[in-house]
Amino acid sequence: MDMNYQDRIPNNIELGANRTLQRALEHWQPAFLSWWHGLGPSDFNAADVYLRTATSVDAKGWATYGFVRMPEYRWGIFLAEPEPDRRIGFGDNFGQPVWQQVPGEHRSTLRRLIVTQGDTEPASVEQQRLLGHTAPSLYDLRNIFQVNVEEGRHLWAMVYLLHAHFGRDGREEAEELLERHSGDADNPRILGTFNEPINDWLSFYMFTYFTDRDGKFQLKCLAESSFDHLSRTCKFMLTEEAHHMFVGDTGIARVIKRSLEVMAEIGSQDPDAVRRAGAVDLPLIQKYLNFWFSSSLDLFGGDSSSNAASYFAHGLKGRPDEPRFADHLAADGMFALELPNGQGGVKTEHIPMRNAMNEVAREAYVKDCQMGVTRWNKVIERAACDFRMTLPSPRFRRSVGSWAHVPTDTAGSIISKENYEAHLTDWLPTEADRAFIRSLMKGVYEVGKIAGWIAPPDRGVNNLDINYEYVKFH
Amino acid sequence: MTELANKEQELVIFDLPSGAAYQHWKLSFDGRIATLSLDVNEDRGLRPGYKLKLNSYDLGVDIELHNILQCIRFEHPQVACVVLTSAREKIFCAGANIYMLAASSHAWKVNFCKFTNETRNGMEDSSRHDGLRFLAALNGTTAGGGYELALACDEIVLIDDRSSAVSLPEVPLLGVLPGTGGLTRVVDKRHVRRDLADIFCTNPDGVRGQRARAWGLVDEIAAPAQFAATVRRRAENLAYSSSRPRDAKGITLPPLDKQIREDGYHYPHLDAFVDRPARSVKLVVHGPTQPQPATIEEAHQLGADWWPLAMARALDDAILMLRANEPELGLLLLKTAGADNLPAALEVGRFMHAHRQDWLVRETIGLLRRTFARLDVTSRSMFAVIESDSCFAGLLLELALAADRSYMVATGDAETAAPHIALDAFNFGLLPMANGESRLATRFSRDAAKLAALRKLQGKLLRPAEALEHGLVTLTPDELDWEDELRMAIEERCSLSPDALTGMEASLRFPGAESLATKVFGRLSAWQNWVFVRPNATGENGALKIYGTGKKSRFDWERV
Repeated sequence: MDMNYQDRIPNNIELGANRTLQRALEHWQPAFLSWWHGLGPSDFNAADVYLRTATSVDAKGWATYGFVRMPEYRWGIFLAEPEPDRRIGFGDNFGQPVWQQVPGEHRSTLRRLIVTQGDTEPASVEQQRLLGHTAPSLYDLRNIFQVNVEEGRHLWAMVYLLHAHFGRDGREEAEELLERHSGDADNPRILGTFNEPINDWLSFYMFTYFTDRDGKFQLKCLAESSFDHLSRTCKFMLTEEAHHMFVGDTGIARVIKRSLEVMAEIGSQDPDAVRRAGAVDLPLIQKYLNFWFSSSLDLFGGDSSSNAASYFAHGLKGRPDEPRFADHLAADGMFALELPNGQGGVKTEHIPMRNAMNEVAREAYVKDCQMGVTRWNKVIERAACDFRMTLPSPRFRRSVGSWAHVPTDTAGSIISKENYEAHLTDWLPTEADRAFIRSLMKGVYEVGKIAGWIAPPDRGVNNLDINYEYVKFH
Repeated sequence: MTELANKEQELVIFDLPSGAAYQHWKLSFDGRIATLSLDVNEDRGLRPGYKLKLNSYDLGVDIELHNILQCIRFEHPQVACVVLTSAREKIFCAGANIYMLAASSHAWKVNFCKFTNETRNGMEDSSRHDGLRFLAALNGTTAGGGYELALACDEIVLIDDRSSAVSLPEVPLLGVLPGTGGLTRVVDKRHVRRDLADIFCTNPDGVRGQRARAWGLVDEIAAPAQFAATVRRRAENLAYSSSRPRDAKGITLPPLDKQIREDGYHYPHLDAFVDRPARSVKLVVHGPTQPQPATIEEAHQLGADWWPLAMARALDDAILMLRANEPELGLLLLKTAGADNLPAALEVGRFMHAHRQDWLVRETIGLLRRTFARLDVTSRSMFAVIESDSCFAGLLLELALAADRSYMVATGDAETAAPHIALDAFNFGLLPMANGESRLATRFSRDAAKLAALRKLQGKLLRPAEALEHGLVTLTPDELDWEDELRMAIEERCSLSPDALTGMEASLRFPGAESLATKVFGRLSAWQNWVFVRPNATGENGALKIYGTGKKSRFDWERV
């Protein structure tokens, strides 16, 4: 086939010279577009959206801005620049050269890791496909589309790895990534959280803050991989992922800010009064936070995991920012894990460090989550409000690991099942809470306008005005 | 006693050098009867460290037997019955040498037992298919492996001198099994009632005289004075029932034209390239070149140089060499070379099928049958690799059918573009597996409709898509995927536990009904190999380990 690959699929993998990949991707691209039309934000196909497109991996090209119709978005394939003489950074093969080919021994495991990661990318697009109808501003509408097209690109990145390195099995897996659908009872996405619908923008901000942050940590772990192409692919994805969390971080901050403004306007901190004035009360934001933080923690997997140990031992998946650890073999160390003792108390069990790698990543994640919470609290404090946002204990409302289905309060103390169920309405959004949030969700598409429940952003995209016409309808 | 390791020892060679005198056997001919007398030279064990007393044997003795049988089959086609006896007074054979077994590594014991099993199965195979009869003339004490050798014969005559007994003393004396077919043949072949067999197999003194005859352990007993005449009469009767030719002229089997180099073994029609870092072997069988003999006389003139015979001998030898000398090379990549020779390979198939009654053709088919059967029970993973230059047709296609998987590269679209594979008569019953069925019938679980459909494809050149559609190959990656797909499959295979693979492959290769031979390999050998690694046999106080020291074995009494 005669075509200019660089135009159609911007890349830094010499796609034009690789027949295997061309053939595979030519077959897959129509399937991807058909998926986008069916399950992406297709109601906005005709709009011109001010999006950034990666056209290279250097500072100049990785964020090229311009108006584009989403179906014509140029989903590219980019790997971070190779690191000369890169060595395996952890596990039993520490210090040996990294792998440019998938070792047969690790073929199925690597494939499963890539498929699991890849499955989350289109899932979130599916979860968010209707949110465009209720965007609080053109700025936010543009942001969600930016997130959507980049999740699409991250899917491409994983599909590239499957096509380039896993033969026919890889191609079949790539097709199945488009065949599973979020929330489809018969053919669901692999991870539970990615089958939850996201029907409102508060959830969207929470998702991008908490769940995409899990993605960030998974990518960080995979960026350490001995399989160099996976490592380089994930490194580049991380540069884009930062924006998604920025959307969540600032989104939550703007909802809080608006809530504080309304409290000042009405001279009351009463949650009902805040709601009557059309903003989201802080306790309700806390409930959403409790919900999304706890469900995102489950994505890291079991706290004592033989899989995690074997991924680490074989050099397939490391710890986030592996170089900051002193011992890259982690062969003898122990990890003190706090577990329910079965009698209402807590016990400490020492497990081999390698089995605790999920927990190590989860701890780093919790720390990272706390930074935004601290920032939001500063805003609240400046407004002379006594309320403080808090991360619930990682033991709270877990479905995976030692704390799964153990009733605790948000501070992590074990309580009775009855007590737990009685308090759930205080800790998690109730149906009435969700209905209230939904009632606020009305699309605002006029230039310069914004919904009443959220404050405008501090600055616009790419140094443009916050009131710039980021999405043009026709 | 120090362990006799495989490594750091000289290579085990299975093909005896030209003109070498047999160390342990005496062979004589009298018309249609050959007499093969065991006369073990106790100082000529294959490895140092033990003496082969009482006509006991080790691998070296059995390698000679293997060569002698081959010689009788091809160089002496007029021989219709082989009498197996001993050149010693009062002793036929005491079985495998216990000190050798006790001092051997587990792998050596397993490989030794497998080879001896194959040689005994080969005797039954030659009798069943090619009319070469065997008579065991037990002129003295016959114990353990000695009796197992007798069990592989068509008939057994035991001298009735009030002292010579047949016995299987492995369980009571050594804490191991009569693993060279003994337990299986006593009940499956001799139809000894199983409770009597239970007594027989736990009594170290065995059974002699009339009782041995009554229990069915032997066919006839004869007093010393009548022994020779009884043996003669029985041998003549067996020879009479043989379909071996009366007046054929044999061919000469010269030693194999073989080069052993650092990179592997090389024969005129076969190369085995070893890749030690990858722990694999590329076994390349070269297809026949034109012209092939048009008449049966031409084939006889070519003799050992005739392609199917030369190829079969090389393949047989290469398998044995790899098994004994390269235990760590766990994967055989089975390849064939010479796509241009594919028509010639099919021609060889037609020719051999047409002349299958000719003794040389029949013996060559027999050798091919036993060689492929050897491949079936080889504890190495086997992937057939079918590339554009391959020649997997007819009898060479059996390589792919014996493999655990086959990969065929899908190239181009043209009907005529290589690679092709092709079926012929060889795939439909000329080369049955140890279970008595063709590899195709086994592969398709004896599905008659499926086999009938495949029969119609005989002689047709099949493209990858057709081969895949008909289930004749496992995977057909295209040219773009080929190298990486194969590389990953090989690396993946070589990373798996060799023990688990051995068990898995042995189980998957033999679906469906059992035969005596498959039971020997699948049931008896597997149990024997388990017993061999148990402390009750080979631990510090294990029965096999301390035999002959005067100490009493100490067992762990837990039944497992």
